Amino acid sequence: MCLAVPGKVVAIFEENGLRMGHIDYAGTVNRACLEYVPEIEVGQYTVVHAGFAISVIDEQEAAQSFAAWRELTEAVHRNGTDLFGNPLPPEEPTE
Amino acid sequence: MKYSDEYRDPALARRLVEEIHRTATRPWTVMEICGGHTHAIMRYGLDQLLPPGLELVHGPGCPVCVTPVELIDKAVAIAGRPEVIFTSFGDMLRVPGSRQDLQMARSQGADVRMVYSPLEAVALARQHPEREVVFFAVGFETTAPANAMAVVQAKREGLTNFSELVSQVLVPPAMRVLLASPENRVQGYLAAGHVCTVMGFAEYEAIAAEFRVPIVPVGFEPLDILEGLLLLVRQLEAGEHRVENQYRRSVTREGNLAAQQAMAEVFRVADRKWRGIGMLPQSGLALREAYAAFDAERKFAVQEIEAAEAAQCISGLILQGRKKPHECSAFGRECTPSHPLGATMVSSEGACAAYHKYQRLRATV
Amino acid sequence: MSITPEDFSCPLPITDHDTVQLAHGSGGRLTAELVEKFFLPRFANPTLARLEDQAVLECPGGRLAFTTDTFVVDPLFFPGGSIGDLAVNGTVNDVAMGGAKPLWLSAAFVIEEGLPLATLHAVLLAMEQAAKDAGVTIVTGDTKVVGKGACDKLFITTTGLGVVPEGVNLSAANLRPGDAVLLSGTIGDHGMAILTSREGLSFASRIESDTAALHELVAAMLAVCPEMRALRDPTRGGVATTLNEFAKSSGVGIMLREEAIPVRPAVRAAGEVLGIDPLYVANEGKLIAVVPAEKTEAVLAAMRAHPLGAHGVCLGEVTAANAGLVAMRTALGTHRIIDMPVGEQLPRIC
Repeated sequence: MCLAVPGKVVAIFEENGLRMGHIDYAGTVNRACLEYVPEIEVGQYTVVHAGFAISVIDEQEAAQSFAAWRELTEAVHRNGTDLFGNPLPPEEPTE
Repeated sequence: MKYSDEYRDPALARRLVEEIHRTATRPWTVMEICGGHTHAIMRYGLDQLLPPGLELVHGPGCPVCVTPVELIDKAVAIAGRPEVIFTSFGDMLRVPGSRQDLQMARSQGADVRMVYSPLEAVALARQHPEREVVFFAVGFETTAPANAMAVVQAKREGLTNFSELVSQVLVPPAMRVLLASPENRVQGYLAAGHVCTVMGFAEYEAIAAEFRVPIVPVGFEPLDILEGLLLLVRQLEAGEHRVENQYRRSVTREGNLAAQQAMAEVFRVADRKWRGIGMLPQSGLALREAYAAFDAERKFAVQEIEAAEAAQCISGLILQGRKKPHECSAFGRECTPSHPLGATMVSSEGACAAYHKYQRLRATV
Repeated sequence: MSITPEDFSCPLPITDHDTVQLAHGSGGRLTAELVEKFFLPRFANPTLARLEDQAVLECPGGRLAFTTDTFVVDPLFFPGGSIGDLAVNGTVNDVAMGGAKPLWLSAAFVIEEGLPLATLHAVLLAMEQAAKDAGVTIVTGDTKVVGKGACDKLFITTTGLGVVPEGVNLSAANLRPGDAVLLSGTIGDHGMAILTSREGLSFASRIESDTAALHELVAAMLAVCPEMRALRDPTRGGVATTLNEFAKSSGVGIMLREEAIPVRPAVRAAGEVLGIDPLYVANEGKLIAVVPAEKTEAVLAAMRAHPLGAHGVCLGEVTAANAGLVAMRTALGTHRIIDMPVGEQLPRIC
């Protein structure tokens, strides 16, 4: 269920009394209803499902996830071996 | 695409996989509730990366799969009326009813149109005052706010020629039913990230405590799902059972309050039948009395239509994680993606359709 | 719709009507006017100008490639082209995929009563330009007008004839384990251009169709690799369908590398939004070639030297394992099957 894709709000306008927006997904622009994200501003990213923006992406939280994952990568590197006890390859991804 | 591509990074995925392998010391069975997760797991082959003891069972979170047969029959009956423009998400057009699907109805002259947003259906009602526009309002808590807004908007504009055939279902009641079953094998849940985006996860805290299972709302990219599994396995290994939010960039504990408010305005909680599972009390949504004029079942008097499922289809057991698709006697024989007996073979998120592809490669490698 | 009939500078012929009438297909005065004012000036050539019931052609030596295709598309004009471009390029490409040099086309039109003559004129201008670009002549044709609702605006059937050079023998059944699978550029552009210009999907974007005639690219590739095994343009059903046809016809497996598949960011994004995999989306200006492994670099170089093959890549290889199946190694190192599509690709929300 719920195929929803993050896109960037590039315009906000009103149509038939509803707050609508143009959402840019890497060059493909689609319309979405912004009634459920009243706080959103142009330039912010949102998750759109069935033509409705349902959240404003929290950029700080997103950045923190990556920091944690990188930390995980570094921890593994400090360990020096992969899960099978083999030395880590120099480049990722490996074949 | 920002917020997509970076969540598919193979190097980071490999690290998360290694960490899952390192953490899991015993076999665990976890369920991804959401069909979107099933689809992503199959698309990226994430199951191939997991330790052999970590079993993923596929949950009932696919609105296409759980919409009962009689709702499809009702849709076909309404779509067949000459004054009706029947609108639906593309997903529902090929789902078999007891005799027909919506595509067949279209080939026999019904005006069936695919829309991407329910507001497009409202726009059709505005453009065609001489026609009756019906929208097939299926889905979980993710589509409910959109489908609610369409009704609110139609009412605001005074459009009397718009109605919805509602088949809205809710995730938490299904989670409870599965955990309460004597055959339950599920030890932890990957919860649906977009449902939680709308609803938050406060309601899941009670489920986690009552059934002593960890629940992790997750996003839909490979790194999200792998991290979600890692968080689940960590809790399971430590004997914990908390709700732990992986999808923090979109999900908050309280969810989207504006969306919840609109849902509550238009819908009330009601008993709903789930395809393959049966009637679950308080497991869905129905239009409130104030919006009865927008109820297509009443408008076109199709409440009485009933239907039975294909006797051979065990999609109910599959949706509950109690059977795997290849354990079905019809799987790959009478039932294939070209000739589906049940919805789990139709939907791109359906476990049977996913297995049908995957199984063929394993059989020949 | 981004291209409108008004964009074309060639003036609309003056007639008593703004729209196509049933009488335009009756064989009388209006039919003659339609042919003389609209069709003949566009496809001017001595064979057509004779206005006989048939084209009489000087037969070239060797084997002929002969193909026919009907074009129906909604909308008629879409970013990057129109039904007129498709009707010429599609048939030119079907001839070219036999390794042949396309020479002649026929064109038959089924027109819905009420179609604006300006629209017909714009389609014919597009066909004229496409035929000129492809170096083919439209030597015979037919027009029928049907009542409102009996067809959707305009259907065009084109038939093509071309000559196959000596020594070229292309077939979907020719693949052998070890062969390389090449693709001439980005996938899914045409189908996604059509899908995103449809009503009801809320798009406000410009993904352009890749419609183009590929015979010159084919000739350049065959010049360095006459022993090429198979060639096909992955139209309906996309790259996935063509490769499945190859795997089944030859009784071999095909293994793709996910990272090798070229997709424009906007096409990929539209695919993510609509839940549609570009591997299953139609192309109208791309080809897939299967060549012996040792010819990979030579053919890639020939492709990349041509503008229509500038983004040519090696997608993967033919395998003895997994006979009849197409599989893909993902960027994560896992595998999945690339199956034949079941029915039409429908946008989905779940």
